[in-house]
Amino acid sequence: MKRMDSTSRVVFWTVLLFFYIPIAVLIINSFNVSRFSGTWEGFTLKWYKILFSDSTIWHALGNTLKVAFAATLSAVVLGTLAALALNRYKGRLQSLHYGILYTHLVLPDILMGISLLLFFISIGLEQGLFTVYLAHTTFCISYVAMAVLGRLEDFDRCLLEASQDLGASHWQTFWKVQFPLLLPGIVAGGLLAFTLSIDDFVITFFVSGAGSSTLPVQIYGMIKRSPKLPEINALSTLMMCVTMLAVVASRMMQGRGPKPEAADNKPRPVASRQEGQGGRVLRKN
Amino acid sequence: MTTAPSEYIRPGQKLPFLRRVRHHFHEILLTSPSLVWMFVFFILPTIIVFLLTFRPTTITGGIGEGWTLKTWSTISNPNYPAIVWRTIWLSFVATFLCIAISLPCAFALARTSNRWRSILVGLVILPFWTSFLIRVFAWRILLHPEGWVSKVLHQTYSIFGWQFSFLEPETQLLYNVFAVLLVMVYTYLPFAILPLYAAAEKFDFNLIEAGLDLGAKPLHVFLHIFIPGIRAGIFSAVMMVLIPSLGSYVIPDMVGGPNSEMIGSKIYQRAVPDRNLPHASALSALLMLGVLLPPGIGWLIYRKRHIGAVDTDVVAALDAPQKAQNFGNSGGRRRNGVRA
Amino acid sequence: MHSGVLKLTDYLEFDGVTKRFGSLTAVDRVTFGVKKGEFFSLLGPSGCGKTTLLRMVAGFEQPDEGRILLNGVDITRMPPNKRHVNTVFQNYALFPHLTIFENIAFGLRLARLSKEEVAERVHEMLELIQLTGQAHKKPTQISGGQKQRVAIARALVLKPQILLLDEPLAALDLKLRQHMQIELDTIHDKVGITFLYVTHDQGEAMSLSDRIAVMNRGRVEQLDPPARLYEAPRSSFVAAFIGDTNFLEGTVTQLIDSEYCRIEVEDFGSVVCYNDKHIKLGAKVYLSIRPEKMHLTHDKPVNLHDGKVNVFPVTVDQLVYQGAYTRFWVWNGKSKDDCWELSVLQVHSRYLLDQQPILWDQKVWLSWHADDGFMLENYDAKDENLLSYPVTEEGEATSAGADEHPAEADHDNGTV
Repeated sequence: MKRMDSTSRVVFWTVLLFFYIPIAVLIINSFNVSRFSGTWEGFTLKWYKILFSDSTIWHALGNTLKVAFAATLSAVVLGTLAALALNRYKGRLQSLHYGILYTHLVLPDILMGISLLLFFISIGLEQGLFTVYLAHTTFCISYVAMAVLGRLEDFDRCLLEASQDLGASHWQTFWKVQFPLLLPGIVAGGLLAFTLSIDDFVITFFVSGAGSSTLPVQIYGMIKRSPKLPEINALSTLMMCVTMLAVVASRMMQGRGPKPEAADNKPRPVASRQEGQGGRVLRKN
Repeated sequence: MTTAPSEYIRPGQKLPFLRRVRHHFHEILLTSPSLVWMFVFFILPTIIVFLLTFRPTTITGGIGEGWTLKTWSTISNPNYPAIVWRTIWLSFVATFLCIAISLPCAFALARTSNRWRSILVGLVILPFWTSFLIRVFAWRILLHPEGWVSKVLHQTYSIFGWQFSFLEPETQLLYNVFAVLLVMVYTYLPFAILPLYAAAEKFDFNLIEAGLDLGAKPLHVFLHIFIPGIRAGIFSAVMMVLIPSLGSYVIPDMVGGPNSEMIGSKIYQRAVPDRNLPHASALSALLMLGVLLPPGIGWLIYRKRHIGAVDTDVVAALDAPQKAQNFGNSGGRRRNGVRA
Repeated sequence: MHSGVLKLTDYLEFDGVTKRFGSLTAVDRVTFGVKKGEFFSLLGPSGCGKTTLLRMVAGFEQPDEGRILLNGVDITRMPPNKRHVNTVFQNYALFPHLTIFENIAFGLRLARLSKEEVAERVHEMLELIQLTGQAHKKPTQISGGQKQRVAIARALVLKPQILLLDEPLAALDLKLRQHMQIELDTIHDKVGITFLYVTHDQGEAMSLSDRIAVMNRGRVEQLDPPARLYEAPRSSFVAAFIGDTNFLEGTVTQLIDSEYCRIEVEDFGSVVCYNDKHIKLGAKVYLSIRPEKMHLTHDKPVNLHDGKVNVFPVTVDQLVYQGAYTRFWVWNGKSKDDCWELSVLQVHSRYLLDQQPILWDQKVWLSWHADDGFMLENYDAKDENLLSYPVTEEGEATSAGADEHPAEADHDNGTV
């Protein structure tokens, strides 16, 4: 057992190193005077300065945020409704509903990108910020739905009965009991959607038109055009800071808030939550 | 005893007609927003992809009138099978490597104490919340001829000579199949670690001790007790890595060369620079079938089993009476098997 | 419309209530009444339909047939939030996002009571459950027993016509359960509200209830005050489920007088028994005799009750010293493998000082008064599974608990 533990631990820490080295190199290089990544020639913030004076970056950032906010808002509403339906009803319709949401979650991004592109061309919708918004909402719905559904499945249904028993109507029960208890899940789902929307490249790349580039699309263009441009390092470092903050906030929202009482009676599988997270990270490329 | 609330319709339970209508009305009201949205922006586009494969192209990059099988006949052109084959073997090798590396990681994670575990799981997840594009870009920098990896290789070469350096200095690290494979493993590894860890957490590690106690070697125990014990996790890990691998576009595009193109890159090429939409559709349709068919079949099998299991559970729960805590029950009656 | 005669004095009435889940009939034509102010228990093994019955009173389930009347009003189809009925849930079901105060005030606020009145009534309740100091805490910050008290207070504060308690003590540990039993009793005395209490724990039901309905396979087997249930079980199920007992099967061979009869038990002997059921000659009957009603002696007891005491020579098979008493299994019959095995409880005043303790394989005298043997109206051989048996010589332990208690068979076959 000892030997198995130590061997597996060595592998694990090596993997963590493998995970973090490229990111660390990227961050270090963003402060490197040298244009080339292989040599350290001193500390500088000049790449950040160049970055901040680049108007196309600011324009792309504006696009990204506009789309992210709009898509998150729509996806939170639609995804929450979907989760409520999936949790409350167990018929064939919901099997279909769940199947569609889940398939969408596992499908590679490129397929969603191309099919939406073809769809927009077919119906004659010009590619621009609006099509990007539609695409982002579509892929965010599944994530919000799964996040809220996870929370709902932990939900002790006795609480709803208790509320009705104490004289609340269905509507009152929803707003006074279910919604407040669900709120952390909804917010976490929203943060998730927001992060994913900001990060998405592949789908956006297909459905965005001239002038509607989001930040990742802009970065891709920069990489393609001038591959050693250290501004990308600087931009990447900044973006990483922002997304990591959002992730930490989202995790805290998940962990916070009153846990359903059901936890008292049955041991809750901690793993199921982790599994859910695996599912959430699933889409990226 | 049942604790299910009244909203559920149990198998076999028949509601009065009016309540049935009302029941479904609420359900439809609640389901339709997301379902309609997904239908319009997911199902419909998917159908369009399949339909477009039978449309001719126009010189201007548009979609022509009428129906044709020409696209499908050009797909069988010798260039494509090579790409399809490369996509498949790259994805499978990447999946295999991911699982192989993840198994000990999952083992290590499940064996750490609770307090550390959540931190370590967080450490696994965190880098993968940074933009995917940026992580691939980071590897581009690392593997660049003037990047750190090259530098280190040069150093070892100049110090120890070529015997101790595993690569010639002029070896191109970027733009080849190995770079694609390396970045794929890097990118998809957490998708394998997380489900495997989730399964390993439920694994009873006493079994390992029992195995060792009975004289088995650690590797044997790992292969024959641990791995079968978490096979459900392995299955979902394979799905989680394999499916996005098959659809990779950014990785071959950014770190691969002309000899490491995958279906994803071809789809992009046909759709955007070439503006041959029917062709892009045909490739997408192919990829979609390849991606969805295996897990689809798996899901159907799983669902059948799952529903069956739930059914029997409910019945058993309703049916199983229990003689509870009756203090000191004794009894007098005939011995077993006395009289008929 | 449905079977059964309803008494006008009943406050809560079940009239032919039936509930099916698919092919399973959870509640089967149940008809009985609960009186106002009563502490009424539904007792039975899990799966017997007691919780389903309770949930139908609360409004979470609708019966497929029959009616439920509360204070003369048909509430069968009334939604739960319209009923003046409140429930204490097994897992408490306290709202985790609300404080103790807000939890108790939940129903009052929905009823749009004034702020002052809400505060006053909540504090009244907090005093009743002795949690005044904890009002601002969240449910996760208090103990299980305290949660249970809050759940009771939350339901009681609305002054329901009837309080439903669904195994409220099941989640607590033994000490706390005993303490909460006393507390429940006190609360019931103080508020004077009708309690409908569901439990599978016979001890709880016996010590708390005014009356108990013992349920089995969706039906009420017997409805009586606790003492009557124990002393005069009508069916083999009630006899075996509550406490422990011995069953004897025999045929009536002689009617001694209007009150007693003689029953021939094959391979055991002739048993004198009180005959309050007016059983005819030649009828097949089943007797239930509680282990503690029987006595074991070295010497044959002198019959002091003009033939009303049954005396049989038996052999000790097993004995288990259990502190307050000793449990014996004795047998009587052709041979040890073809015999009647009876369980007997003997209380010893001085076990260690006893000059002649009864030991294994000794031949002793078993005796019981004719009045302690009770004829069962309904007998089902399956209920024998509820009894425990001594460890057999082959070493196979036969325990109580009988996981298998097949539900399909009807239990009316042993009718006298």
